[in-house]
Amino acid sequence: MSPDVLSIAGFTALMAASATVVALPPGVALGWILARRVFPARSLVETLVSLPLVLPPVATGLLLLWFFGRRSVVGRALDRAGIEIVFTWKAVVIAMAVMSLPIIVLTARAGFEQLNPRFEQMASSLGARPLRIFFTITLPLAGRSVIAAALLGFARSLGEFGATIIVAGGIPGATQTLSTAIFNFAELGRDRDAMQFIFVAATLAFAAMLASNLLVRRRHA
Amino acid sequence: MIDLLFEITATQGEFSLDVGERSRVEVLGLFGPSGAGKTTILELIAGLRTPTGGAIAIAHRPLFDSARGINLPPRRRRIGYVPQDVLLFPHLDVRGNLLYGVPSAAGQGVTSLAKAPPLHGVAAMLEIEALLDRRVHNLSGGERQRVAIGRALMTAPMLLLLDEPLAAVDRARRERILPYLLRIRRELHVPLIYVTHDASELAEIADRVLVVGEGRVVGAGPPAEVLHTH
Repeated sequence: MSPDVLSIAGFTALMAASATVVALPPGVALGWILARRVFPARSLVETLVSLPLVLPPVATGLLLLWFFGRRSVVGRALDRAGIEIVFTWKAVVIAMAVMSLPIIVLTARAGFEQLNPRFEQMASSLGARPLRIFFTITLPLAGRSVIAAALLGFARSLGEFGATIIVAGGIPGATQTLSTAIFNFAELGRDRDAMQFIFVAATLAFAAMLASNLLVRRRHA
Repeated sequence: MIDLLFEITATQGEFSLDVGERSRVEVLGLFGPSGAGKTTILELIAGLRTPTGGAIAIAHRPLFDSARGINLPPRRRRIGYVPQDVLLFPHLDVRGNLLYGVPSAAGQGVTSLAKAPPLHGVAAMLEIEALLDRRVHNLSGGERQRVAIGRALMTAPMLLLLDEPLAAVDRARRERILPYLLRIRRELHVPLIYVTHDASELAEIADRVLVVGEGRVVGAGPPAEVLHTH
């Protein structure tokens, strides 16, 4: 296996892990809110969160490009602050985080919904405040689901392509991930090189999915 | 002795509850068939459900008053609640469960308002000292029940609510647990509301009984009188 493959695989894994770290806290918080709270805009939040699942990834990438590009208010503010997002590794992380968020929310939400809410009520009657209940009762008891959510989010990020290629570009040595490398080599007709990347991507994704499935199965056991 | 006042109305689906009680008691028994609303009354007092109307006050301290817009959250009520399914925290050992409601460095726990009893005192009284480092899924039904009672007592509650504490244990164990409940009454002076559909338990422990049927109080008085007629 060429050093290029290993270096791109390492970069992709690092970006996917960073995206998971970024997406996990809001994903778990949203999963908990959707599982435990009833509020007027709930359906709207549910729909917005799920949107990246059904929207073409390229469209999500374009929206991110506009959002962080220099023509938008956010892009101009970031530019003034000297922060460059588009076509950098930060764009890779953002694209992966946005695309993995729905899967993290849905998995965490399912875990919280399976948890008997009476444990949380009991903690409340023992004097615990909501934040303490979340960190000492809810999160430990739904821990497997949260880890499964992180693994699924990580696996989704590893395979992310459409949004990443638009907002980060797949620039060799800068923003090239396994998926964009496969695309680049396939486009150049270098199928043997592409196969190496496919093998690494499949191995990493297989390991993450297997770990997630084993966790979910143990949760149901 | 504690002054209890509750005049509660609550509706959930087709079930409606309308009960009232004003008394000064050590142990109030709630007696009645399954589905009468006994557990609902405990959950309303503990703050785990919100009444549609009425008032709840314990020792003249209002916990809920629909007219005055008062509704204290469960964590500020200082009510110890032991549900029928005990709900010990499965990821904590017995010690972790007992200490959950005791104020920590973060100043949390019901007992930030009151002094927590010593862990070993409560554990000794309930004879669970040897279990402190055990995981809760390794406990028997009777042991779980005593740990749940201990966990509630560690918060120094003003009032302890016990929902069918002997329902899940066999006859021989019942005879072993009842003395612990009598010790709570005698040694800790913690007043109890005790739910059961077993008249013999109330005859032993309660000094006043409310008979509940279909969400209404259908009888009230000393156990000897009330249990005889119902």
